[in-house]
Amino acid sequence: MKSLLTGNEAIAMGAIDAGAKYAGAYPGTPSTEILENLAEHKDEIYSEWAPNEKVALEGAIGAAYAGVRSLAAMKHVGLNVAADPFFTNAYVGVNAGLIVVSADDPGMHSSQNEQDNRHYAYHANVPMFEPSNSQDCYDMVREAYEISEKYDTPVLIRLTTRVSHSKSIVERKEVLSHEFRPFEKDPMKYVTVPAVAKGLKLKVIKRREELLAYSEVSPFNTVEYNDKSIGIIASGICYEYAKEVLGDKASYLKLGFTYPLPTEKIKEFASNVDKIYVIEENDPIMEKEVKALGIEVIGKDAFPLNGEMLPQIVRKVVLGEANEVTQIKKDDMPPRPPALCSGCPHRGIFYSLARSKARREKIYISGDIGCYSLGYADPYNALDSIICMGASISAAHGASKVYEMMGLNDNKAVAVIGDSTFFHTGINSLMNVAYNKSKVITIILDNRITGMTGHQQNPGTGYTAQGAESDAIDIPLLVKAIGIENIRTINPNDLTQVEDALSWAMELDGPSVIIARYPCALKRFSQADKAEFGDMYIDRYIVDTEKCNGCKSCMKSGCPALSFDKENKKANINEDSCLGCGICAQICKQEAIQKAR
Amino acid sequence: MDTKRIMIVGVGGQGTILCGKLLTIALMQAGYDVKMTEIHGMSQRGGSVSSEISYSDKVYSPVTETGDADIIVAFEKLEALRYSDNLKPSGKMIINDYVIEPTSVLSAKADYPQGLNERIGEKFDAIFIKASDIAKELGNPKVMNIVLLGALAKVLDLNNVDWNAIIAGNVKANFVEINQKAFKYGHDEINI
Repeated sequence: MKSLLTGNEAIAMGAIDAGAKYAGAYPGTPSTEILENLAEHKDEIYSEWAPNEKVALEGAIGAAYAGVRSLAAMKHVGLNVAADPFFTNAYVGVNAGLIVVSADDPGMHSSQNEQDNRHYAYHANVPMFEPSNSQDCYDMVREAYEISEKYDTPVLIRLTTRVSHSKSIVERKEVLSHEFRPFEKDPMKYVTVPAVAKGLKLKVIKRREELLAYSEVSPFNTVEYNDKSIGIIASGICYEYAKEVLGDKASYLKLGFTYPLPTEKIKEFASNVDKIYVIEENDPIMEKEVKALGIEVIGKDAFPLNGEMLPQIVRKVVLGEANEVTQIKKDDMPPRPPALCSGCPHRGIFYSLARSKARREKIYISGDIGCYSLGYADPYNALDSIICMGASISAAHGASKVYEMMGLNDNKAVAVIGDSTFFHTGINSLMNVAYNKSKVITIILDNRITGMTGHQQNPGTGYTAQGAESDAIDIPLLVKAIGIENIRTINPNDLTQVEDALSWAMELDGPSVIIARYPCALKRFSQADKAEFGDMYIDRYIVDTEKCNGCKSCMKSGCPALSFDKENKKANINEDSCLGCGICAQICKQEAIQKAR
Repeated sequence: MDTKRIMIVGVGGQGTILCGKLLTIALMQAGYDVKMTEIHGMSQRGGSVSSEISYSDKVYSPVTETGDADIIVAFEKLEALRYSDNLKPSGKMIINDYVIEPTSVLSAKADYPQGLNERIGEKFDAIFIKASDIAKELGNPKVMNIVLLGALAKVLDLNNVDWNAIIAGNVKANFVEINQKAFKYGHDEINI
């Protein structure tokens, strides 16, 4: 059966057809749809959203030890969080097969960095596959499980955005039966105390030699000879770009199993072609390996070290050509950046934080990863820094300690973090604030869902990835148990509540937590949401142009449903996009914005 | 055959993804090798979005090079301008004659470029369709994407597939009829 699948869908189908029974993940672009697809197959595989990637991978490791094929999926930066179990599990290996999928984001379409996770395979000594298209994704998952069990090792499958999110045709194969392998006690394998780990390290070194032999004969490392004046060594999506641009004008060594690299195969290919290009996105990893074999290649001296490779770059570097582009006037073209949606419950918080900042300049606002990262932008300009998941609270803690140390008593450190991100790694940071006693004001934007990645469940929503009901974690109670005494839960669409809470927190001489609780406007509301919040987003607002004096105060809400008519000097609300949060109406001092119904 | 490349561009939330999906299904049914790529992530939040669809006997790169798209379907006029570098000089644009102002324009900090129809029409073979108006008249502004799909199918001369069945198989039951109508209206807008 042939179907058109994204790489992520093909990974999921491959895992199911390879008999995998356990999957864990934390959502992150471009990896999210792997687990979303697996979760639709409840009868075949258990799937869960874990609070973070470390927990997801540890669960998958435990499942593999206990005897079923398992998988953990994450975006590139997620593997940083999961690096601790990843490195040590590489020593232990598996019982049933284990696959770790890392989806990297060259070009940073939706990420805070573009780290090249192929380094993890080298660093941890874990074999790695790199699919070029969806059929590769499907086939490689099946092969990876065999390799995992045969060589007693976790296997890394490294995707990139263009593999994860591109669709191509996949031919499905027979379902592999995989028998349950009960765990057999073996402390010399599974218990990584130093005495055992020393032996395991030797096993890893020997395993690498065996995997090198596999790499030489792997069906995923293939040679295609055409014109031999140009030889291309490429993996992943870069192979597809090269093949598209160069066609028969070049010969190819397509590498799908890329750690360890097949050195003999590379040497043989090199001896048969005149000029070699190593085409890889981001870091010169294969280039260095090939050069270490004493082979001259063109690599990062000609190709960029940053961003996506893109076919036009291959054309320019290898052929010295560029397609003709029609010139058209674009200098007056405004950009179209994403914005907080109309009705977004984060709006009231950022509007008020911007006002607090205007009133009291000495506020450092530490941001985090999610839709609310957009709080850095116009018109709020609220966030001062963003590092990684969970860092808002801990970075604010460090800043707060410095203010105390330097006697800067007027300075305040505020952390802004979403519900899912709080569960991910924010909890640990808040423990630090409470226990080591800094004065951070933490604002948890609890919009009852993981918004940014497209609405995945998290431990606060009351549902699991597979749709079962569960017991939502009570954030105020959790925060109290951590040791925070000053806690307020507010409705972020009520600006009076927001401003009162901020003023209250600013005056305290200790840490506080403000929980802004209101569902995301795009969420499919649960029964519990409806019971708690009643009818949501049903009002609409209009501008009374008689009363509007053109002061533009409402524009500071940053709502995309609002516009300002320069000629008439009046605000306007787009009736199709207004969701009735009422923030603009609360801002307007002229009472010119009123409920339409 | 040479690989044909189509880009569908617009603003997050306009339905570019469904339009691209239906096109890929049709192309597959017509017997082509098909690839599609799109950038997700921030797209739900009103940013600029694009889907790229390529088809041929055999397709390698899902990504369209600069100056290599045969057709750009723009759901919004400013986005037609933004992605125009991707179009072949001999390529065609199908443009929804419709404006969505970006935030900088809404807040009166920048101006929406004037005379876009003429500017684009002078340089490219461009067809302007009032797809949003047609969709609104049909009773649901959201089916604008399928009006444009109908126009695209006509321009591509992709008639040997059962579009009504493809639509019926991929939209919710309540919306099948209006989408099929939207497709037909879009198809009929093109006179070739």
